[in-house]
Amino acid sequence: MSELIIYNQTFASDLHVSADIQKEIQELWHARGMSDMDLPDMQLALEEGLANAIKHGNKMDPDKQVTIECFLNEDIVRVVIRDEGEGFDIDDVPDPTLPENLDKPSGRGVMLMKAFMDDVIYNDSGNQLTFIKRCTFNS
Amino acid sequence: MASDVTRFNIQTIDGVTIAKFIDNRILDEATIQVIGEQMYRLVDDHGLRKVVLDFEAVEHLSSAALGKLINMKKKMDAAGGQLGMCSLRPELLKIFKVTKLTKVFNISASVEKALKEF
Repeated sequence: MSELIIYNQTFASDLHVSADIQKEIQELWHARGMSDMDLPDMQLALEEGLANAIKHGNKMDPDKQVTIECFLNEDIVRVVIRDEGEGFDIDDVPDPTLPENLDKPSGRGVMLMKAFMDDVIYNDSGNQLTFIKRCTFNS
Repeated sequence: MASDVTRFNIQTIDGVTIAKFIDNRILDEATIQVIGEQMYRLVDDHGLRKVVLDFEAVEHLSSAALGKLINMKKKMDAAGGQLGMCSLRPELLKIFKVTKLTKVFNISASVEKALKEF
């Protein structure tokens, strides 16, 4: 079976719009029978990925857009989030688990995505995130 | 307790305030902002110094929510108080373990066990 695109949207950098889009995508996944075990993990990655794109990528600039695409290939879910920011080097992100960073209130989004997804990939310029997870779907 | 504290169920046992989260997913920015403000008010406005955050209802929270919890811990420490957490589901505990925040927070399995820490 080939990969299907099940969602594709471009929107201005706005956290409220992002929340609406997340609901739409969650409803799509739920309608396709994504298990209750996988749905919260996917929701978490979606929130972290979109928040990073809006806050850190586009720096909340409403003139800059975020594009999100969701794909499905049997039980493999792939999400691509692209922003119009300058990008970043994933290796430059400080390790939030180091003692000197433990009490810092931010910087854990990528780590959480990695913990709950099978794969988390940034492109070379750092403005496009892809996360992938094999999920259980109830028929 | 003020009636505007709507994101928690509040009860007091032996002088310790148990603030039980109502939301099962603390993911979106708007919810996190409100929860953060209401949580900080427990310390800043209501002067509480012994608080346990009960996560029994919470299925997931984001990194932004972790940030609010860290700030809450800092506030409580600065005020000379004590903050505990309890009743984290396995998937939630995984978030704290992965981020090593189990070293920052005092996490107990139940309300009863959390109360023994005070």
